[in-house]
This record gives sequence, C-alpha cells and structure tokens, in this order.
Amino acid sequence: MSRLQSTLSGLRTARRKALVPYITAGDPQPDLTVELMHALVRGGADVIELGIPFSDPMADGPTIQLACERALRHGTGLMDVLGMVARFREQNTTTPVVLMGYLNPVEICGLDRFAERAADAGVDGVLIVDLAVEEAPDYLPALRARGLDCIFLLAPTTTDARVEAIAREASGYLYYVSLKGVTGAATLDVADVERRLAAIRAHTDLPLAVGFGIRDADSARAVGRVADGVVVGSALVTEVERLQDHPDEIAARLESRLRELREALDSLTE
Amino acid sequence: MTYALPDVHGHFGRYGGQFVAETLMEPLSELAQAYASLKQDPAFIAELDRDLRDYVGRPSPLYHAERLTARWGGAQIWLKREDLNHTGAHKINNTVGQALLAKHLGKTRIIAETGAGQHGVASATIAARLGLKCVVYMGAEDVERQSPNVYRMKLLGAEVVPVQSGTKTLKDALNEALRDWVTNVDDTFYVIGTVAGPHPYPMLVRDFNAVVGREVLQQSRERFGRLPDALVACVGGGSNAIGLFYPFIDEAGVEMYGVEAGGHGLQGDEHAAPLSAGRPGVLHGNRTYVMADDNGQIMPTHSISAGLDYPGVGPEHAYLKDIGRVNYTAVTDDEALAAFHELTRSEGIIPALESSHAVAYAKKLAPTMTPEQRIIVNLSGRGDKDIFTIAKLEGIELL
Repeated sequence: MSRLQSTLSGLRTARRKALVPYITAGDPQPDLTVELMHALVRGGADVIELGIPFSDPMADGPTIQLACERALRHGTGLMDVLGMVARFREQNTTTPVVLMGYLNPVEICGLDRFAERAADAGVDGVLIVDLAVEEAPDYLPALRARGLDCIFLLAPTTTDARVEAIAREASGYLYYVSLKGVTGAATLDVADVERRLAAIRAHTDLPLAVGFGIRDADSARAVGRVADGVVVGSALVTEVERLQDHPDEIAARLESRLRELREALDSLTE
Repeated sequence: MTYALPDVHGHFGRYGGQFVAETLMEPLSELAQAYASLKQDPAFIAELDRDLRDYVGRPSPLYHAERLTARWGGAQIWLKREDLNHTGAHKINNTVGQALLAKHLGKTRIIAETGAGQHGVASATIAARLGLKCVVYMGAEDVERQSPNVYRMKLLGAEVVPVQSGTKTLKDALNEALRDWVTNVDDTFYVIGTVAGPHPYPMLVRDFNAVVGREVLQQSRERFGRLPDALVACVGGGSNAIGLFYPFIDEAGVEMYGVEAGGHGLQGDEHAAPLSAGRPGVLHGNRTYVMADDNGQIMPTHSISAGLDYPGVGPEHAYLKDIGRVNYTAVTDDEALAAFHELTRSEGIIPALESSHAVAYAKKLAPTMTPEQRIIVNLSGRGDKDIFTIAKLEGIELL
C-alpha cells in the first residue's frame, strides 16, 4: 500500500476527515516552499497538494493564476519543484505529497523521466488537471510503474459512465470539483455535493476529497460532513498573496489557518 | 487512400485529442454528438448554405493577379478572395456554422476569444443577427493594437473583456474564454475561432472553413480546367489554411505550403512559428506543436500580425507536417510588410497582415515554377484593420 493509500485508510479507520491543503510551489519565492510545507503539516495537513507552476493554467481562477505568475517570475520549473519535495522529505517521511499541474511541463520533461524523478524525490501522487481519462492510457502505466498514485477530478457534469471509467483508473483518492467553474470561485451548494457524492460512491470505494469553494472553517465543516476529505487551495494562496512582501510571516499564517480548518474537521468526529 | 481524420477521439495521429479539465468533457461530448447528427441533417445544411450565400456573400471569387504574376515571373498567381466576405475575412465561415450549432443546442449566450479582432467581429456579427448575447475575450495588448475592431464589436452589441493575465495576447484570451465556459457551460456556447482547442473543435472549425477549398476545387476546374499546382496559406492557429487544404489532401499533385509568422526571424525567440521552430506539447486542450521552453512553460510569441501571434497551432497541421503532406515554412515581419505593399500597389487589394505572410511566400515560390503552373494564395482577410498598425510602423500619425 502506498504512503497515500495508507494515510487515507488510517484516517478512515479513525473516522477522521482528511485535510488537504494546496499551495503553488515557488510562490511567492522558491526558497520558502519547503518551510511552508512543514508549516502546513504542523497546522494539521494530512496530504499536501503542491502545484507545479504553469504559464497557462486554464482551469484555475485569478488567485492561482497569479500564484503561478509569482512562481514563474523566479523561474520555478518542474525539476525545481521535485527538488523541493526531496528537501521536504529530508525531514518528513510520513506526509503524502501530491503534485498538481498541467500536462505540458510533463510532456516537455518526458513522461518516463518525470515519473522516475518524481518517485525518487518522494512524490506520492500526481493530479494532471488537463489529463482526461480518455487520454490517460498513454500516461498511467509509466506513473504506476514508479508507484505513483494517479488522482483524477470528477465534476458536476461527470456522467455515471465516466465516473466508472475514471474510478477504474484512479488510485489514492478522487477529487470532486464541487462546482462548475474555476478554482477560487465563491458559491458552494453542500446539498448538491452530498447528492453527487452519494451517486459517486455507488461506483467506487476510493476516498472522495472535495475542493473548489472551501475557504473557511464553516465550509470545511459542511463539506467534511459528506466527504472523506476537503481540499483548500485558493483561500491559502490568497494568504500567501497578501503576505508576499512579508514572506517571513507566511508560514505562521498558513499554520494558523490550517489549525482552524483542522479543528473544524475534527469537531465532526467528536 | 482516402484521408479520414480525426478518429472518434479527435486524434490526428498522435496529435489532437481532448486535454481539458473534467468539467468540460461531457459538454464536449454533447457537442461532438450534436455536430455529428446536425452535419447530416438536410435542414441544417440548407440553413448553413443559405447563410453562406446570402449573408457571407459566397462563393468568394478566384482572382487572377496578372500584374503581380508579371512582376514576380514564373507561376500564375491566383487569389482566393476571402477578404471580400462579410466582415472581411474567412472567420465568418466558421462563426456562422458554430452559431447555428449554438442555436440548435438551445444556447442563449456565445463567447469567443480573439487576437486581431476578426474572429471577435465575426462572432459579434452573427450574435447580433441571431439575437444571442455575445462576450469576446481579447488580450489587453491586442485591445490596444486593434482598437478599430474593438469598437466594431461594441457597435454590434458585444461585450469585449480585456484579458490582463499572462502575456495579455491571444493565448490568454483563449484561457479566459475556457474559464468562462467551464463556469457557464449550461447556457453558453464557446465559438472557438481556429482549428485548435479540444476535439471536436479542430474538426468542426475545419469543416466549416472547408467551403473555401471546395470552391477552389470547382473554380479551378471552371477557370483553367485542372487543379492548381500549389496552394499557399498563412498559419496562425491554421483555420484558413486547413479550410483551403483539406479538400486537396488526397490530390497528390497539389503542393501545399503553410506559412507561419517568422517575426524577427526563426533564429531568436521573437516569432510565432511552432511548426517551424517549436516542439510537440499540449496546449488549450490538444496535443500539437507549441512554443515552450525547457520547463514546459509556453513562451511569449511575436508577430507583426496579431492574428498569427499564437504559440500553438491546430493539431491537424502538426499531423500534416509530420507525414510531409504540407510544407510548413515562415516569413518574417519585414517580408510580410513588403508583400502587403506590393499587393496593394500592383492589384489595388489591401490584404490583412496575416494574409500578407502567404503573399510573401508566394513571391518566393512563383519564380521557381513555370508560367504554365498556378499558385492559389488564400487571401484570408482584408487589411483595413491593419492600416493603423502600418501607419504607426512608418511613423505616420492617423487622426
């Protein structure tokens, strides 16, 4: 069982919800990322989603677009991101790290080379936003061969047939996008999410994490009630943006935001 | 062998496909199904044909440019006059088709991305005619350099949204349009302006533009009793080129030349020629040749012509390059500008800067051929929109 799978099954056994924060690697500056990852863990992160900066993040809203631009101003490339994960692993061998990004950097790097380097660095899973399950057969074997979990998105528009096809290929967890829109959008209909998750569970036993639109303790608690985990991205990246001129304050700020979310999720099981 | 691509998943060999976030997969599949049935529906075909004839003004003439031919020597130069279409370019062929699809799918709002503004104008135009709401995304830098087209779109009732992210050009407008679509997918139809994007767009945009090549096939037979020897078209995303080329792919005797924007020259980074100087990658929903750095980041492009200033290219062109069916080449800003002036002065036709790239390559090609041979250049658009850019380059203040 992979580090990601055992972490999530441990949480399930303990009836706890997974807290999955997202930050963009290299934002606001590359030498800060490893420290921020440790701060997320101190705040209660179960899994870290680390964004690979991309020049054209077409599924992301303005918050993460700007984070990519900040990271790219420092030239943060895919190999730099893997280097950050390797340094994180020097002190943390338990928290799973999932890379989230777009396909082009992986294509240009070369799939096999990427898979090998990512596994060596201590990456646990990969979520490629623009890799639909139809195109996945060209990619998944190389990732699986290196023990990397392949995480896929599910959306409100995903049909039952697609849920089945995706669940067959996915491992680790499934990431349900809670609304039609880009990352950082505002509205979240928890009743609708609950209905959709129930329908998805008919096709899979994989843990279901929910993201898009979760920004505080209340929304985390509401979603945590129906999901196995919550992904919080734009709300954290907004904090990074606010403090970009005071970089030494970012770690503490992220840690305290995570702690609020952790307490909200843990209040569900008490 | 008969050319029959893409396959059902939208692949042209290893190119094309559907590389988008999950939210868009089902809407794309619905679009592909709707298109597959409508394109065989006699009522839809009749409506499209009528619009192309009465509204766009088709067929567009095939014009023998005798003075240009005499100047250059060698092959006879014929111009396919897409510049005479309503709204001044080939773009309207596709927007009329897609807007009819939108109407049949019951969508009330269309969105579009635009670079030079031609596709935006064409989309705003057809939206006005069909009573659809229209939002056009345009890079902030392009809004600046193509202000007459921005005003034209507003006159037609469209909302023009300047895009401030990234390089503030066409690729960023496309990102923003995709973000809009993913958010408003229930009531919105995304009218993509070129043969890029995820399947089925490269196929359906090609099919709607292929009327250009079909007319050329017929006009060639009527005018000179046989097929042309060479076809030349500019390639940004590549919609006018594929429209001309597609009906000729199986005609082995017809050479085809796709002309990319060489900008300041292919040796540096200041160009927009992914087929000539890029590499295979994934951008905007399809696998194709892209301009990307070693980290896979999409690079800023440069062209004198906003309509060619794009770091990707339609996946079908990537395939046709790899199999060697089409020759892809590039001309520089300066060569295109010289061709612009030459055509304007010798034929009284002001071409778009995009189309001037094709004209510039024809000038190189013609002298290598005989006077019995014929080159057809796709004059994809008229240059009215570019006179401000050209005046500025020449240090002239207009208005």
